[in-house]
Parts: sequence; C-alpha cells; structure tokens
Amino acid sequence: MIPTHYFLILSAVLFSIGVCGVLTRKNGITIFMSIELMVNAVNLTFLAYARQFHQLHGLIFVFFVMAIAAAEAAVGLAIFISLFHHKETIDVDEANLMHW
Amino acid sequence: MSLNDLIFLLPEIILATGASLLLIAPVTGLRDSISAKWAMIALLIITAGSLLACSWAVPGMEQTAGFARMFALDAFSIFFKLLFLFVVAIVVLLSDDFLRESRYSTWEYYSLLGFALCGMMFMASGVHLATIYIGLELLSLSSYILAGYYKNEQKSTEAAMKYFVLGAVSSAILLYGISLIYGVCGTLNLLDIARALSTVVSNDALMFGVILLACGLCFKIAAAPFHVWTPDVYEGAPTPITAFLSTGSKAAAFAIFVRIFYVALPGFHLDWSMVLATVAALSMIVGNLAAITQESVKRLLAYSSIAHAGYVLMGIVAMNVMGLRGVLVYSFVYVFANLGIWSIVLMMKRHEYAGEKVSDFEGLHSRSPFWAFSMFVFLLSLGGIPPTAGFIGKYFLFYAAVQAGFGWLAIIAVLMSAVSMFYYLRIVVAMYLRDGKEADVTASGALKFVAAVCVVATIVFGVVPNDLIDQVSSSAKGLHNKGAVTRNATR
Repeated sequence: MIPTHYFLILSAVLFSIGVCGVLTRKNGITIFMSIELMVNAVNLTFLAYARQFHQLHGLIFVFFVMAIAAAEAAVGLAIFISLFHHKETIDVDEANLMHW
Repeated sequence: MSLNDLIFLLPEIILATGASLLLIAPVTGLRDSISAKWAMIALLIITAGSLLACSWAVPGMEQTAGFARMFALDAFSIFFKLLFLFVVAIVVLLSDDFLRESRYSTWEYYSLLGFALCGMMFMASGVHLATIYIGLELLSLSSYILAGYYKNEQKSTEAAMKYFVLGAVSSAILLYGISLIYGVCGTLNLLDIARALSTVVSNDALMFGVILLACGLCFKIAAAPFHVWTPDVYEGAPTPITAFLSTGSKAAAFAIFVRIFYVALPGFHLDWSMVLATVAALSMIVGNLAAITQESVKRLLAYSSIAHAGYVLMGIVAMNVMGLRGVLVYSFVYVFANLGIWSIVLMMKRHEYAGEKVSDFEGLHSRSPFWAFSMFVFLLSLGGIPPTAGFIGKYFLFYAAVQAGFGWLAIIAVLMSAVSMFYYLRIVVAMYLRDGKEADVTASGALKFVAAVCVVATIVFGVVPNDLIDQVSSSAKGLHNKGAVTRNATR
C-alpha cells in the first residue's frame, strides 16, 4: 500500500501550483482552472486521509465538494460571460473601473 | 437518523422549497396574480414562525444536534437565525425601488436572496465542518450572483467578478484547512474535534490547518490582510445587496467563526489567539485609516466595516463569556445601525448609482431634519457613543479584551474608535453645517419604515439594553458551557 504522506505531498504540490496560477495568470478562465486545481488538491487530501482512517466521512465530503465546485463553475462562467459583454475580454486586469 | 430529525430542519426545508417556488413562479401563471415582494415576505414570516415552533418542540436545548450530530437547534443558532430573517426582510423592503427602476426580474432576485438566507441558517446551526462549509458556499454562490445583478452596469459585473475570484480562492484555502484538521483529528464534528485535540499535543499540520481555516474565515468577515475585495464589491454591488453583504452575510460569518473557535479549538487558544489578535489590530488600523480619505459613502462604509470586523474579532480572541456575549450584542446592534444608514443612502438616490458621495449629504438637515437626525444616530452608534446601542456592543468587546489580558488590543481599539469618529463626523458636518443643493429626498414608504424602525431600535437598545443583554446571555450560555466542558476535559 502506498503510504499516505505520498498523497499529501502530491496534493500540497498541486495546491501550490493552483495558488501560483491564481497569482500570476491574467485570463479569467485560467484563473478559474487554477482554483479548480486547488479544490481538487484538497479532495485528494480528503481521500488520502479517508483511506488511512478507513472512514466514509472524508469520501462523502469529497462528493459534496465536487458538487459545489460544479455549481461554482456555473456561476463563475456566467459572471465571466457577463464581463465579456462589457469588455470584449476576460483579462482580469482590464476590470479596473474601481480602485483605491 | 430518524424522521424526528426532520423537525430540526423544518424551517430550512420550508425556506428552500419556497425559494425554489419563487424561482419557477414566473413560468407558471402566478406571475401576474401576486407580487414577488409579498410572496417573499410571506415566506420569511412562515419560516420565522416554523423556526419558533421548532425551537419549542425540540426539548433539552443542549442535546439538540440532529442528523448524526451535524445540525444543532440551540439558543445560539436561533438567535442568529432570527437576526438573519430580520435582515433579509429589511433587505426585501430596501430592494423594492431598485428592482422597479432597474426592471430586472424580481422573482430570481428574491429567490437568490432566499437561498442565501438558507445558507446562512445552515451556517448558524452547523456543528459539523461539512454543514458549515456547505452553508457557507450556498451563501457565497448566491451572493456572487446578487453582487452582479445590475448586469448592464459594468461596475456591478466587475464587483461580481472580483468577489467571485477572491471568494473562490478563499473557499479553497478554507477547505484545505478543514482537510488538514480532518487529517489530525479523524473527524469533522466540532465537539469530536475538541475531544480528539485534548489528547493531541500541538503539531505543525494542525497549526497549519487552523491558520488556513482562519484565513478563509477572515476573508468572509473582511478582516485586514484579506479585505481588498470589500470596497470594490460594496461599491459595485446594487445598494440593497451591499446592505445585505455588510450585515447579514457578515453576521453569518461571525456565527461560524465563533462556533468553530469556541467549540472546536478552545484547547489551542494560546496558539491561535496571538495570530487573531494581530489580524484584529490590523483590521482596526487599516480600516479606520483608509476610510478617512474616502469620498464615496459606500467605500467609506466598506472600510468602516473592515474596522468593525476587527472589533468583533477582539471578542473571539478574548475567549471568555464577555467576549462571546460581545460578539452577539455587536452583531445585533451593528445590523440596526448599518441597515439604517443604507436606507438613508437609498433615500438620497438621484441616479443609478445612488447618493454615494459624502457631498450628496450636504444640507440634508434643512431639507428633511428627521432623516438627518436618524443618520446622525446611526453614525453615533457605529462610532460607539453612549446613548446609542453601538456603545453597549463596544463596551462588551473592550471589557472582554481587557479581562483576557489583551489590554494593548483594547487600547488600539479605543484609539481607532476615536479616529473613526472623525470620518463619521465628516458626514454629520456635511448634513448640518453645509448648504444643500437642490436635490431632495425621495423616500418611499418602505424606506421610511426601515429607517424609523432602525433609529428606534438603535436608541432603545442603547438606553435600556437589559432585555438585549439577558437574551444574549441565555443564547450564549449553551455554547460557552460546551466550550467549558471541553476545556476542562483538556486539563
């Protein structure tokens, strides 16, 4: 059996890649993909622990997280489409009507 | 789980069903026969009634954790749920004019508001991190859409986009924190976490998880290093939704913040209290100093709400009875003062983005003295000046901080309250000492009603706070006893 900490390291790496993507990318959809990567990294953590504990809690939580991520995708894409209507771009740096 | 458990959820079931019906009402024949506003208000009243009925029907308030101990109907959650119902009812009244002028569908709007309320009620009752997380997401996803509801206005869309991106990132961070806590404790139930932690010595994974969890929660309450979204979202969102975000959604975040830290993590108070104390100090300083230079009332109030998040955090840091009561009292009085201010701002409305400059308030006293006086009372309450309710809230929080040995934090809070009076008084000076422009106040009956209710409540709870304090003490008791039990077990 593969030890749990292998999964944990992998998920920490995936989460960090997601964070870097959010911080450095400018395209709205790419940022959104990075956020999804972060959420899925968390799912992997839950699954690794659930396997270690032989528990259902963690597994079921992952289903909820996946459902919520899907709902988030629907809302997020709708907001980006709405932004595209105004700006003809989804570059988040272009959304600069309001600042300090 | 048995069928009896359903009684715990009855108000939420009614609310969710009602919100779904509001969503499909436009495609049925209902559209013309009743107005969405009254349907929504009726739904809120039924929900409140069923909530009270359920709270009487569920005996023994301590063991009220239904659904495999995921959902509690204790005094603490009932206090917050009634507060949320009140906030949403007021927001419905505030939204009327906005919806009529903007000509967007009212049914979807109220339906989303209903789902947001449902999420908040789950947050108030959640005693399991899964319930809390799902309630939080239901609230957040509805709020993202509502913030962008003014979709022909670029500002509103921009606000929704910023809120969505930052909100989704913070949710992911919060979730990572939850997963690490699960890994250390092997459970997601708050009481079980406290029990599991009583045998664990502090370790890195746990600390990391708690810090990530706190980061996610601080984003939701708009505390300082995580506050950057607040001014933009508050400015861009339709004003009634800004009122909702700054009162209801914030109070819900405080509810879960308190529940998680008081019930699940009291044993690690020493580890996280300094971190949160720093966040609280930073919020008070950044929020109050940044508010001074704002010209837009919406942005000014956004920065002041960041500062208020800092004051409330003091109550969580203090981790004593006074602090817990302080959080509840403050959430309560803050709701009245803030909703009152937003109703006055909506009265000043002249064009689509309403009376939002401080200069728009010039000469309000000569045009409508009563509303100028109301605004004055609300601003005093936010500043925490004695005859108003805001003073009671601040008194509890400051006292709690001193009692818990965070004297330096209380000193910062007092100094920053003095700074906050400076920018609140800027509005007062504009209202009373400057000459007005031609624009007059166009107040509908609903707005007048809201402002009058809020001003009466702000003064009454300030002059005779005994009932409020009694109520809050009994609501807080259950939660704190639970915390005390687990703390004793730790020793």
